[in-house]
Amino acid sequence: MMKGMVTVMLKQDVLDVQGQAIQHSLHALGFEQAQKVRIGKSIEVELEASTPEEAQAQLKAMCEKLLVNDVIEDYTLQVQEA
Amino acid sequence: MARTIRCAVLVFPGSNCDSDLFKAAAAFPEFAPEFVWHTTDSLDGFELVLVPGGFSYGDYLRVGAVAARSPVVRALQKVAAEGVRVLGICNGFQILTEAGLLPGTLLHNTSLKFVCETTPLEVGNAQTAFSSAYTAGQVVQVPVAHGEGNYFCDPQTLEQLEANGQVVFRYAAGRNPNGSLNRIAGICNEAGNVLGMMPHPERAMAPWMGSADGHALFASLRDALLAPA
Repeated sequence: MMKGMVTVMLKQDVLDVQGQAIQHSLHALGFEQAQKVRIGKSIEVELEASTPEEAQAQLKAMCEKLLVNDVIEDYTLQVQEA
Repeated sequence: MARTIRCAVLVFPGSNCDSDLFKAAAAFPEFAPEFVWHTTDSLDGFELVLVPGGFSYGDYLRVGAVAARSPVVRALQKVAAEGVRVLGICNGFQILTEAGLLPGTLLHNTSLKFVCETTPLEVGNAQTAFSSAYTAGQVVQVPVAHGEGNYFCDPQTLEQLEANGQVVFRYAAGRNPNGSLNRIAGICNEAGNVLGMMPHPERAMAPWMGSADGHALFASLRDALLAPA
């Protein structure tokens, strides 16, 4: 059993209005040092695969078909033994 | 008696404008609307497919993303490629972009607020099957109701949309409710048989609703579908 973690972020050139609102809120709390706040999401998936490479390939297909919209989002993958 | 046009109104778990859209179509004696559940795997025989607003599948993952992978949308991709007319409104527009039937996507409104108000729209192209009963440049009043209606695409796509006259509806200058690129409210595909829009013409069908300006959109579709081939 393998465990994959997909991290999805808006592309750098896509305006992240949620990130901006959170940054504003952090500043209001006194965290003036917080810059370039961006909101993304993490998706955890357990899957049957004999090697990490195989799991990686399966996850990549899932990202391309559903988990990620490549018009606006980029993603990274991490795989480990579950 | 004139022949009737079979039209499908798709229904997903979480659709909430399906009845309004059904009634908008049923206001015309030429349209014979039928509700079609999301698990249906064929839309053969329909001449028009209406994709309603709402919050399909709770808008989980991304708006429209899960609905866009449902059996009925696979069937929709097939009939759309054959030239069947498809109208997606609000969440329906979001589903059509996620399904790859229209370019770009819809982001959170720049205000981060859910906007719900009647909005003036300019008709950008009155030569489509969805807009022939309007005149180019006409300003019409149609309500919007969405949190994620901010149209976004890459610069090349935007250039193509403008060059090909695919921007069918635009928010009037100074009245962009969501931050959409080029004030885009509704676009069609290059072939002209698929239209997606955030405003709700089905909520502007009669003066008692506040506006009857949506009526002409359905009249345009009726005329296009009844025109001799």
